Amino acid sequence: MSGAEGLGASVARKEDRRFLLGRGRYTDDITLPGQTHAVFVRSPHAHATIRSIDASQALKAPGVLAVLTGADVAADGLGGIPCGWTITNKDGSKMVAPLHPALAQGKARHAGDPVAMVIAETRAQAKDAAQLVEVDYGPQPAVAHLNAAVAAGAPQVWDEAPGNVCFDWHLGDAAATEAEFAKADRVVSLDLTNNRVAPNAIEPRAANGHFDDVDDRYTLYTTSQNPHLIRLLMGAFTLKVPEHKLRIVAPDVGGGFGSKIFHYAEELLVLWASRRVGRPVKWTSDRSEAFLSDAHGRDHVTHAELALTSDGKFRGLRVRTLANMGAYLSTFAPAIPTYLHATLLSGPYVIPAIYAEVKAIFTNTVPLDAVRGAGRPEATYLLERLVDKAARELGIDRVEIRRQNLIQPNQFPYQTPVALQYDIGDYPATLDMALQAIDYGKFGERKAESETRGKLRGFGISTYIEACGIAPSALVGALGAGAGLYEAATVRVHPTGSVSVFTGTHSHGQGHETTFAQLVNERLGIPIENIEVVHGDTDRIPFGMGTYGSRSAAVGGSAIYKAIDKIVEKSKKIAAHLLEASVADIEFEDGKFRVAGTDREKTFGEVAFTAYVPHNYPIETTEPGLEDSAFYDPKNFTFPGGCHLVEVEVDPETGVVEVVDVAIADDVGVIINPMIVDGQAHGGLAHGIGQALLEECVYDDDGQLLSGSFMSYCMPRAADLPSFKVGNHVTPCTHNPTGIKGVGEVGAIGVPPAVINAVIDALAPLGVTDISMPATPEKVWRAIQAAQGGAA
Amino acid sequence: MATITLQVNGKSHVADVEPRTLLVDLLREHLRLTGTHVGCDTSQCGACTVWVDGKSVKSCAMLAVEADGAAVTTIEGLAKDGKLHPMQEAFHTCHGLQCGFCTPGMVMRSVELIQRNPNPTEDEVRHGLEGNFCRCTGYHNIVKAVLTAAETVRGGAQ
Amino acid sequence: MRNFEFHRPQSVADAVTLLKSNDAAKLLAGGQSLLPVMKLDLAQPSDLVSLARIPGLREIRAEGNDLVIGALVTHDAVASSPEVRQRIPGLAGLAGGIGDAQIRNRGTLGGSLAHADPAADYPAAVLALGATIVTDRRSIAADDYFTGLFQTALAPDEIITGVRFPVPACSAYAKFPHPASKYAVVGVMVAKTAGGVRVAVTGAGSKVFRLPALEAALAASFTSGAVSGVEVAPANLRTGGEASPEYLAHLVKVMAKRAIEACA
Repeated sequence: MSGAEGLGASVARKEDRRFLLGRGRYTDDITLPGQTHAVFVRSPHAHATIRSIDASQALKAPGVLAVLTGADVAADGLGGIPCGWTITNKDGSKMVAPLHPALAQGKARHAGDPVAMVIAETRAQAKDAAQLVEVDYGPQPAVAHLNAAVAAGAPQVWDEAPGNVCFDWHLGDAAATEAEFAKADRVVSLDLTNNRVAPNAIEPRAANGHFDDVDDRYTLYTTSQNPHLIRLLMGAFTLKVPEHKLRIVAPDVGGGFGSKIFHYAEELLVLWASRRVGRPVKWTSDRSEAFLSDAHGRDHVTHAELALTSDGKFRGLRVRTLANMGAYLSTFAPAIPTYLHATLLSGPYVIPAIYAEVKAIFTNTVPLDAVRGAGRPEATYLLERLVDKAARELGIDRVEIRRQNLIQPNQFPYQTPVALQYDIGDYPATLDMALQAIDYGKFGERKAESETRGKLRGFGISTYIEACGIAPSALVGALGAGAGLYEAATVRVHPTGSVSVFTGTHSHGQGHETTFAQLVNERLGIPIENIEVVHGDTDRIPFGMGTYGSRSAAVGGSAIYKAIDKIVEKSKKIAAHLLEASVADIEFEDGKFRVAGTDREKTFGEVAFTAYVPHNYPIETTEPGLEDSAFYDPKNFTFPGGCHLVEVEVDPETGVVEVVDVAIADDVGVIINPMIVDGQAHGGLAHGIGQALLEECVYDDDGQLLSGSFMSYCMPRAADLPSFKVGNHVTPCTHNPTGIKGVGEVGAIGVPPAVINAVIDALAPLGVTDISMPATPEKVWRAIQAAQGGAA
Repeated sequence: MATITLQVNGKSHVADVEPRTLLVDLLREHLRLTGTHVGCDTSQCGACTVWVDGKSVKSCAMLAVEADGAAVTTIEGLAKDGKLHPMQEAFHTCHGLQCGFCTPGMVMRSVELIQRNPNPTEDEVRHGLEGNFCRCTGYHNIVKAVLTAAETVRGGAQ
Repeated sequence: MRNFEFHRPQSVADAVTLLKSNDAAKLLAGGQSLLPVMKLDLAQPSDLVSLARIPGLREIRAEGNDLVIGALVTHDAVASSPEVRQRIPGLAGLAGGIGDAQIRNRGTLGGSLAHADPAADYPAAVLALGATIVTDRRSIAADDYFTGLFQTALAPDEIITGVRFPVPACSAYAKFPHPASKYAVVGVMVAKTAGGVRVAVTGAGSKVFRLPALEAALAASFTSGAVSGVEVAPANLRTGGEASPEYLAHLVKVMAKRAIEACA
């Protein structure tokens, strides 16, 4: 660590003040001159033909400016919402990617599918008028659940996808895996579901579109994690206008968790509608609308088998997964159960052979895509449940079975059988660190103490790996991505030595305005109060791919480092000139350029000023000014990993599970700001514990979402969680200049199986061997009753 | 339309509103005090928490006309002369906020919590915040901030 | 939310007149139940008649062996009232567990009883304590008040002004809250009253109900063991919710046991 504000310093955040004073500027806070408001009419049916839409009454309602439908979308030539990733089937053919019109055309395919758009002077008037739009639906049979969707005779979501199959894909060596299973001493198998969850950033999505007919230019304020990606997709596919006519601003954004990555119909429609009505059009989602329109996550049904030697060495893994895509393909949907899931199936373990098959299935439900973790929680969950089951069946201690199968520090770089090459890690170290933090040796005493209070205590463990810092462009291009996944940065040194950093990532809680300033401080020695970090506006930022997959510090931070390299290189030339020395003799340290071995020096500020007032300047060889940009394309994914431990107490009378202790040890690479890194881990843990115990999107068989509000969808509250013990053991990433790996998702990835393993451990004495997520009180109670041969 | 008069952050306002206008819409749309947020439509999330006559309420579950004659305090009215309230300060130093969206409601409720219970236990803080959702922090640092602010305020009172 | 006319009468009589003149009028107390359902268009009153400016509805006072609580007294005021905490701590405890802090600052006793949500907490207290609902025109015994799902014995133009709670020898409420909504999946209030032991269950049925068999068992022996001998038939409980009738029946017994233990 360098100074008080550089790497490793827990600096309090620069961005806090505006939020604490109520002066944040979120999309819905923005009201433009002439503002109008949009409300969407959404299908109440999961699957229905749209026979006709009669907007005549709505058009007569007070304040109504327009009612737009799928026919208008088609007439104006708006493109379908594109899917950004194409998966190739086992047989070499491409996945089925049906047209996703921004407003339904002819058919609604999930409850909540937008059918018409009402624009009025006020939001209340638009809402009133939306109730007057008469849509004549012809309800069709619908299907919501994976096993039902693949059954013979199931309702068809798309004619072009027989059996509702979007793609049928595989990864790994089937024959080698088969051979391992054939000679295995033991095979342990498990059927699992990974519960469907809603992202539920507390800020609902919103969009405010403005078409300026003087400049013939569009401006969109939208709740996005990646404004340039939205501009790319709108420019090329949906709105079809060139980039210089399109400005996308993602101002303060109230949490993303994946859900604000994707290009959604509503943001396209407000911009399009603004041109039609000649005024700005704003839409802000209600929470109940969010449940029906934000991409959901997870929803896998998996059969998994692990082949082992009799002494517990892993030999082979076979996984068959059905993954729900919903009714349409969201932006990254196909990548989630494939390249962000199956590639992670080796976990932190040596497993000589792995074979995974993934079938993606259409259903009459809200589209699914990335939610915090995205594929990696699903992989970790199935592996860690399976390993625990193997430990029980083979009679091996659950810590020891993990320890003896972990990839050892001297085995890196480690090539897995499922495409990834891990660069570095120290999994035994994080395992030991977490065990010590929770005082594993005294678990028995704690369990006995719980028993005196009538509670069953359980201990759960998960050793996990994840892949983030996405991603090498050539690699993801070969795998079907429609875009590169580099990151861009511009570092502008102002004449008086203050700095503006323009980053293509987007901060919506991660604290980049502070941590990226710390990166600059680390390199240039400038106080962070003199460093401004600018993000979220395509007119101000050269380019960028945005924030998701825990990539911002690892990839975006590396782009900043590369830009700073160029700044330092140029500054040395200027300093050499001022100091009348050769460039090779100039050293840069603590914000000062010094002639090596002398006390002759120039401050960074003096050099910056000289760059802009180049009176005494190497003008023949060096341009004035001090600003540079860099695009950083990562060489590999980064691989955070670690160990998550959970202790629960189960009330056997009610089935209530209380998480009483959580201790984790992560290796997220080099840490910029420990306080912020811990905060990211805390949030991920709450998300993961929420999935394990509380959260689930429940659809009935007809495709109606039963858990469509916070009255029925249970969000984790403060009282549902304990304080967390968070530790870090750093092995720096070997292939990026910062050494950073990423931390945004580790909690959500590592902890769910630890929770469920703890619940099963608590109930094991009663004979319970399995419980699914979320482990709700009734589910736990029923498991106890069933294990004890009770009536339930 | 109904005409109402109310104090907001110490200033008197007269507003013409439809009876169905929620207090939060009056604050955000009419008075342009956008620090108070809306995160749900079923009065669970607490992002819209403000004080009405000194008590924390969900401004999405109260009509503007019900606030006629009342004194309302929003997050914009908490800091005095640019100096953060000890609760705001504690949220800052303890990293009790990330995206900032739940923060105004969380802070307003937290201040009331320590006014009512100046020396709360961690468990009392956690239960006291059950009307406020945060998706970012896992509540860990929010709880820490509330306990820290309580300590600061107690210290200041001695 | 649909628009409506808003009225702020200064007296109960004026409020009754307003209710009489508008069939689709509704009373507004704290609004913590009504406004959320209006926002979802599940209720669309033509008129809202606010009770807020009517004096005398916010008092808590002792009358002989009774505690009389005004209709507009908030849950928080009940929970923190020294009078209630001292004389009927079980009631104060129940009120302190309704919803969350902000809801308790607005929600009222009268509003909760008029709404008669089958998963609300107060109905269990009113029924178990053998309270009397006092209206602008009569007194209604709790046993006669709750008539069905969101249904009460109130006439359309009748206004609750307060509730008279006889102080019990002891009482306690045990609640199994819904993890998301915090309403009662099952809530059981047990009270030793002058008229005998009374047990009321909220959440598990289409309305709050008593458990006569358990009351009889407790009259013989006021111990939590009495619960085990009592049958709670799942067939009589709510169906179609998230919790199965079997689980509800089980929870009724567990919560009853815990309430008895807290009471004993």
